[in-house]
Amino acid sequence: MMNGPERPLFDVEEMEISFGPQHPATHGVLRLQMKLDGERIVEAKPIIGYLHRGTEKLFETMTFPACIPHTDRLDYVNAAHNNQGFCITMEKLLGISIPPRAAYLRMILAELQRLASHLVWLATHAVDIGAITPFFYTFRERDEILDLFEEYCGARLTLNTMKIGGLPFELPQGWLDRCAKFVDAFPAHIDEYETLLTTNRIWKRRTIGVGVISPEDAINMGLTGPPLRGSGVEWDIRKVFPYDRYDEVEFDVPIGTNCDTYDRYLVRIEEMRQSIRILRQCLEKLPEGPIMAKAPKVLRSPEGMVYGSVESPKGELGYFIVATEKGTTPYRCRVRPPSFVNLQALPQMVKGSLVADMMAVIGTLDIVLGEIDR
Amino acid sequence: MPEPILQLLLIPLIKIVVLLVVVLLIVAYLTYAERKILAYMQVRLGPNRVGPKGWLQPVADGLKLFVKEDLVPGGAEKLVFMIAPAIVMVPALVMFAVIPFGEPFQIAGMTVTPYLADINIALLFILGVSSLGVFGIILGGWSSNNKFSLMGGLRSAAQMVSYEIPMGFAVASAVLMAGTLSMVGIVEAQRAAHIWFFLPGILGFGIYWVCGVAETNRNPFDLPEAEAELVAGFHTEYSGMKFALFYLAEYANMMIVSAMAVVLFCGGWLPPFPNLLAGLWALPVLAWIPGAFWFLAKMSFFLFCYIWFRGTFPRYRFDQLMNVGWKWLFPLSLANVMLVALGVLLLKG
Repeated sequence: MMNGPERPLFDVEEMEISFGPQHPATHGVLRLQMKLDGERIVEAKPIIGYLHRGTEKLFETMTFPACIPHTDRLDYVNAAHNNQGFCITMEKLLGISIPPRAAYLRMILAELQRLASHLVWLATHAVDIGAITPFFYTFRERDEILDLFEEYCGARLTLNTMKIGGLPFELPQGWLDRCAKFVDAFPAHIDEYETLLTTNRIWKRRTIGVGVISPEDAINMGLTGPPLRGSGVEWDIRKVFPYDRYDEVEFDVPIGTNCDTYDRYLVRIEEMRQSIRILRQCLEKLPEGPIMAKAPKVLRSPEGMVYGSVESPKGELGYFIVATEKGTTPYRCRVRPPSFVNLQALPQMVKGSLVADMMAVIGTLDIVLGEIDR
Repeated sequence: MPEPILQLLLIPLIKIVVLLVVVLLIVAYLTYAERKILAYMQVRLGPNRVGPKGWLQPVADGLKLFVKEDLVPGGAEKLVFMIAPAIVMVPALVMFAVIPFGEPFQIAGMTVTPYLADINIALLFILGVSSLGVFGIILGGWSSNNKFSLMGGLRSAAQMVSYEIPMGFAVASAVLMAGTLSMVGIVEAQRAAHIWFFLPGILGFGIYWVCGVAETNRNPFDLPEAEAELVAGFHTEYSGMKFALFYLAEYANMMIVSAMAVVLFCGGWLPPFPNLLAGLWALPVLAWIPGAFWFLAKMSFFLFCYIWFRGTFPRYRFDQLMNVGWKWLFPLSLANVMLVALGVLLLKG
């Protein structure tokens, strides 16, 4: 305590509070060590590692194709992009180019997965801010997407749906029609969510000006995905380093202007609409042909290092693989998860704001702990 | 049996028992209604396993909470922790004593009043008793020895204190129009005026209702128990019957706020449209239906609104809540009181 004339009228102490890892609103097992001055956050420090499963180390012990199911478990609401990222990186390493049909099908799966992931984000984000109803609406549509996945590959969450060199299965009969039906119906549902939130006064007051991060800071911290685009930086891996056949479809990259939670919300909502646009084009252009490139049964890598990345719903998901001559396993595989990098903006975004804002910020960063801890 | 004993002891006792049973039953089924209505708003089915259409769900819930282990956290202030739920629950029930559910009627030559007491300071009584409930919440939050509970309790205290003032002023506007503090008197005044007070006092009615929702800590003002931030707020550490008491008290308070809205602004037990339908065929029919029905119907509407809000709105932030209370509702309610006073002065001379 201070002495002398500066001593305040009351003895004021900062309250230290450990937030999580079993807190209902931390999206998994995130722990935040916070110092609070009343309701105001003086300092928030994320502590991670509660979901560490040693995935990167595990990769070193298994063959390349056997790694793919483990990528499912990184960002578990977003398995298709994890598969896609790993496969693309491996194809880069092995010099395989996949047939166009496989590429288009991958894009369809990836965009459906993006919708599913954004729906989970919207649901949890809204619940964190106190609006419980959007949760049930979004999960209704997400279920339809999961039904499509289930029909295609048998799994709903951990899809394991891509192979190095293409795809494991051809589409079941009538799947494309059902997918098209969903794609046609979905924009109306986006309007539905927007009716509940976009112009809602309370929603706006809770999100506008909350969790501001400047474009410079966002770039310096390496943020990617909607947190970066919400700050007005047009950066989308699908545009700047197109993979699969993203260079053959038209879509816009929505960006925000105010760098706050509300803009990131708008960016993600618009991304859903753009995903629908991509899906429409993919369904239209989907060529006939094989779904697997000619790849040897046992993959043997050349010596080298390779980095490949995809635009997952959360940001840039990259894989860095070091391979040895004629190796069947990665010598080292490092995953660059978007959530992990995005999370480091949290302390700066919440500093000086209220506890309730932290919920909005955690929601807007859209973190998944499976990916952060690996 | 001598008359005074019957009048002073037996009938009130019967009334108390009936009132408690009815209120607790309504409260129990209010939780069921909330879950069911919310479910239909959210494309779900709601409880449908226990009994036909889940009607026995409240019983099952009650039973579960009753036989649940009663945990007291290690660092808790035991005595305070124990009595806090009672401090919340008792005022919530006591307030029902002055709520008039209908008009007096005759049974076997005796006049029975469907309310426990018609005291001339009923409104003051309600306002006074209702502010006692906040002590239970603060004490419960503090005694749990949990930082989340403490913050929930503090938020709740700040919220209830700041919303009580505009609420008091809004109530005062109804009192000005009625010229009495007695609940029965206010309803009778609306009968005499041939108009429900929410029409001339629409501003006061709006302020009252917003404050009422805030007073009961319900969405969009449910900060004290904002689960996303504070887990469950002041009752995080409570379990079993103690938790049930907090829970029941919340719903009982919702009923009180709704009942007050009905009495003060919506004509109590009077059938609808006393002046518009006068002379029309509907009036005698509507008047024939017992007043208690109208009272409960109007109260249900307000309770439905509570649930509706919960299904629609996000939650305010703490500072925004204070802003709404102090910067908007407080001056507005003051202006409203002056306006109404002026109106009453001009009209009644």
